[in-house]
Amino acid sequence: MKEIVVVSGKGGTGKTSVTASLSFLGGKDVVTADCDVDAADMHLLLNPDFAYVEDFYSGVIAKIDQDTCISCGKCAQVCRYDAIQVDDGIHTVIPLDCEGCGYCARICPETAITMKEQNVGKWYISTIKTGGIMVHARLGIGAENSGKLVARVKNEVKKIAGESGIDIILVDGSPGIGCPVVSSLSGADFVVLVTEPTVSGLHDLKRVHELVKKFNIKSGCIINKADLNPEIADLIKVFLGKEDIIHLADLPYDETFTKAMTMGQTIIEYKESSLKKDIAECWQKIKHIIYI
Amino acid sequence: MKIAIASGKGGTGKTTLATNLSSYLAEFHPLVLVDLDVEEPNSGLFIHGELIHSEDTFKKIPIWDKNKCTLCGLCQEVCNFHSVIKLGNQIMVFPELCHGCYACSELCPDEALPMISEKMGELKYYETGSFSFVESKLDIGQEQAVPLIAQTIAYVEKTFPDDIVKLYDSPPGTSCPVIEATKTADLIILVTEPTPFGLHDLKLAVATMRELKKRFAVVVNRYGIGNDDVLTYCNGEDIHILAKLPNNRKIAELYSRGSLVYKEIPEVERELEKIAIYILNMKVRVKK
Amino acid sequence: MKIAFTSKGTNSESMMDPRFGRTEFILIYDEEKDEYTHFDNRAVEEIAHGAGPQTAQKLFELHPDILITGNGPGGNAATALKQASLIIFTGAGQMTVNEAYAAYKNGNLNKL
Repeated sequence: MKEIVVVSGKGGTGKTSVTASLSFLGGKDVVTADCDVDAADMHLLLNPDFAYVEDFYSGVIAKIDQDTCISCGKCAQVCRYDAIQVDDGIHTVIPLDCEGCGYCARICPETAITMKEQNVGKWYISTIKTGGIMVHARLGIGAENSGKLVARVKNEVKKIAGESGIDIILVDGSPGIGCPVVSSLSGADFVVLVTEPTVSGLHDLKRVHELVKKFNIKSGCIINKADLNPEIADLIKVFLGKEDIIHLADLPYDETFTKAMTMGQTIIEYKESSLKKDIAECWQKIKHIIYI
Repeated sequence: MKIAIASGKGGTGKTTLATNLSSYLAEFHPLVLVDLDVEEPNSGLFIHGELIHSEDTFKKIPIWDKNKCTLCGLCQEVCNFHSVIKLGNQIMVFPELCHGCYACSELCPDEALPMISEKMGELKYYETGSFSFVESKLDIGQEQAVPLIAQTIAYVEKTFPDDIVKLYDSPPGTSCPVIEATKTADLIILVTEPTPFGLHDLKLAVATMRELKKRFAVVVNRYGIGNDDVLTYCNGEDIHILAKLPNNRKIAELYSRGSLVYKEIPEVERELEKIAIYILNMKVRVKK
Repeated sequence: MKIAFTSKGTNSESMMDPRFGRTEFILIYDEEKDEYTHFDNRAVEEIAHGAGPQTAQKLFELHPDILITGNGPGGNAATALKQASLIIFTGAGQMTVNEAYAAYKNGNLNKL
């Protein structure tokens, strides 16, 4: 089984559009995972049926049982997040401010505080328009993506791939450089970095590559909107050469991406364009690399 | 007067709007721009000024005092964030996982885990000639954005007078860092694109703002690309659209070089004027 | 020598788990006694952040001399493992435990 993970560091580089196109090209031969849970947009292009849904619990927050509480105020004293408010002698927890450290529950003399698991969202198994399978998730307000959620989505995808004899897993990775992206990269066979030739694009590419390097995973890079700033695109190519990252493709600045998106389509389904050819070649290249 | 610029997802043009609006608005009113996207602060790439003040920012973490420790292991047990672990005959602390709750430190029977200050990032204050600029940046490996955002806001409130316009460039998304960055704002400007992705993420951002009971309005970036669904949605939900920044390849090119856009593209300047009028009118009302 | 493997199952026919922090099992092979024991690490699934150090701690308590894994431990896990005088080999993510052991014996894995 081969696992391909697409990451970008910065938002707006076209990572999700590229991943959805690769998923479309892969068809029934890939299982797709959307681990970009903070901006889970891939479903808008792949048309999943949300056939299976399960609640997702992560982290805990404090809850005060008013019948047992003697209003001694110890909980409010130890809370470093000012998450316990006192109104007319009644102590309650402000859910958005509680970090779930559990300190208050440990010191409450009446054990009136319990730490309750939080339902932070849902995850789904869907059949998408290609007939392939996608696992994806949706988070509630104020909920954060976590290594745990990413691992859950990826585990499910691996199980499905294993059971149905599918050899390629395609993961839309999380943004940034924190715990969720570590979990996205962990176990990958190949990483696709999607970047753009802007000062911030290059800056963020370097940051995320530091992480990929730590894991010792082979990687390739797609420079999207490459003709927007040829000087920075050249700087990126120098960086790729120096760091032994395979240069997979240069994609031109092209509003076709957005036009296709507006129709709810990947660029592959949309009318003939040079982009379509470029991405198809890129997919062949990636498949070739992972099977050497 | 505090205004936060936010967006449901990254890459919608939040930084472009923040930097251009600051420069434009500063022609009419004293202003400070604050970059609270502390994980990836990019405003500084577009702004050049004279460094006035620089300070390290700290958070409190426990440090192990080997001589006092009896290796009872209570610290590991009480840490819900798995940032204190007992490895053989020593205790290890992982500062980047620590939320600073003090439980391990204060519950330790031997006072073997005192809290000390650890550097988590840097705050810098610049003067550009027309407006002030404050940015904070988390050190690589640090994962807790919220404390740094809170400290940066506190610094700005303390340093600048009440009647200055404070423009906060927030982190993207709808999670805790955004909530922290927008908590004290009088108005939140949500930046979006007129595309299905933009609309989907805007809906999440709107739900968050409504949950927080915040006043907000929308700026549509790259107007002309995509479709009218974002406009239809905003009209249907009675959400005020402050401005529509045109879709233009030249804007993308100027951005890629780190240049300000409105000075070269008059349509952008006209749209910024609409936002400025709205903000300045609102300021008068807030004062009354 | 005691050798630890990150694995997806409880015997030497099992596939390796390429992940360190979120590995499902830790399988220990005691070369002298020629026997395998295992530790079920699946509880780590419930940890939102900081799975790496947690697994490193479990590993520490099992006292292996050598660790064989897939991609290699991430930042926090690597810091924790430095405390154990442990030799780490990576690159065995796609093998069975038996194959990984043979690859290690033949010097075909990367030493960290």
